[in-house]
Amino acid sequence: MAKGVKPRVKVPKKADAGEAITIKTLISHKMESGQRKDSDGNRIPRSIINRFTCAFNGTSIIDVTLEPAISTNPYFQFEAVVPEAGEFHFTWYDDDGSVYETKKAVKVA
Amino acid sequence: MKYNSITAIVAGLVVASTSAFAGEDSVLSIDGQEFITQAAAPAHMENVDTIYSGWVFRTDETQALEMDDFDNPSFVFVEQAEELFETVDGSAGKACVSCHESPEVFAGLRAKMPRVNDDGELETLPELINGCRTERMGAEAWKWSGGQMSGMLALVGLQSRGDIVDVAIDGAAAPFFEKGKELYYKRVGQLDMSCANCHEDNYGNMIRADHLSQGQINGFPTYRLKNTKLNTIHGRFKGCMKNIRATPFKEGGDEFKALELYVASRSNGLMVETPSVRN
Amino acid sequence: MTFTRRETLAVGGAALAVAALPAKLMASTADLIAGVTGGAAASSDGIELTAPEIAENGNTVPIAVSAPGAVAITLLAGGNPTPGVATFNFGSGSAEQSASTRIRLAGTQDVIAVAKMADGSFVAAAQTVKVTIGGCGG
Repeated sequence: MAKGVKPRVKVPKKADAGEAITIKTLISHKMESGQRKDSDGNRIPRSIINRFTCAFNGTSIIDVTLEPAISTNPYFQFEAVVPEAGEFHFTWYDDDGSVYETKKAVKVA
Repeated sequence: MKYNSITAIVAGLVVASTSAFAGEDSVLSIDGQEFITQAAAPAHMENVDTIYSGWVFRTDETQALEMDDFDNPSFVFVEQAEELFETVDGSAGKACVSCHESPEVFAGLRAKMPRVNDDGELETLPELINGCRTERMGAEAWKWSGGQMSGMLALVGLQSRGDIVDVAIDGAAAPFFEKGKELYYKRVGQLDMSCANCHEDNYGNMIRADHLSQGQINGFPTYRLKNTKLNTIHGRFKGCMKNIRATPFKEGGDEFKALELYVASRSNGLMVETPSVRN
Repeated sequence: MTFTRRETLAVGGAALAVAALPAKLMASTADLIAGVTGGAAASSDGIELTAPEIAENGNTVPIAVSAPGAVAITLLAGGNPTPGVATFNFGSGSAEQSASTRIRLAGTQDVIAVAKMADGSFVAAAQTVKVTIGGCGG
């Protein structure tokens, strides 16, 4: 598992049924691009988050393929529909096989 | 001879602006709170009339990143520090929270740092933190500019966000202030430059494509887009000295501590913006 | 003293140091778009790409893209060592086919967005982003 990787998400706690909400996500990850060289001149191998998904009660909201050109501490903002009360499930997949997850519940008025 | 040509080369990099003074129209507002980003320079500054936060010199996109506590990437590190605050560390089996009820007890502290203690020593925030760790927690000191320290400095500094910077420069602080001031104006390094050459003589001008600020530190630790992490005051001093090809002073050493006091006092009147976002 | 970059740059434009990449090494924007569409033409209507004119630092450049009705949007950077940046695949729960992120740009280049629409057609947009070299350690 890469060190110090911490996800952070911003989701409103409540929404009206059928409302569109803005979701923001960030994960602290170095996103080693594979382009950098160490002090001996050897290439530092690529090690990035390569995929990010968000689903609500099992329905996919967004599925992102990331390349090394995504900045350190990958940030995404996108819009989701809240059809009913439920839970957003966020997943980040690391090149090294680790999977980072977090969930956020939303109530419906 | 050599001195003159180097100065000339460097002067060639700095493009003087001939336009009249242009007002700053963007307003820094963070989650509804408006911030003072411009103020009358404190009385001790002879060559500057108005002081400006570093925020003012950045592009619209960079400025926007500081205006929202989620868009501001610093906060993932602040959250990590909140967890550290409650984590037991060291032989005494304590966490910060064992003695300090919550980070909120530090409200107002960062606005007055660095300060001289009752023993006449100039103390900075990292020393207060490491003092607790080594003397009261039986834990190892954190590296001055490492991830744990910079995160904790951001968390503690955040408790003073919006407070007016008010660093004492008289009384016991006077000798440290004078030493820091001397360092600020002293030319060093292969490029033979002082802090003042850029940050007092040329703020607002471009050095190649960098928009020079006044070098204020009221927003430190700051998340820099350039290295995508929190940067500390001494970390930046060290970087600046390397940029002018001088041998940097030691982080946590007497020179940088005195310089920190002097530079902090140049922002007396601005607001603490910790943790800020810069280029 | 001026404080907006635009005003200051207008005065000192000649001295602006821009990280330009050799033209022959940069994949052409048209080729990159064709790489996503498989050669099919891409209209420019119905897609909006938001990127700064000048990136304050090439390491972290905020980008936003929006294409109502898209199934997926692919972001490319023609002048990077590898052009791929990200692909946003929108699920049935998505409210708007839009996304914002922050990307790395190696030098001044075109940022390109290609959206695949539900009917299999493509729309594309491109914008040149200037990436500058700072005076103090980049």
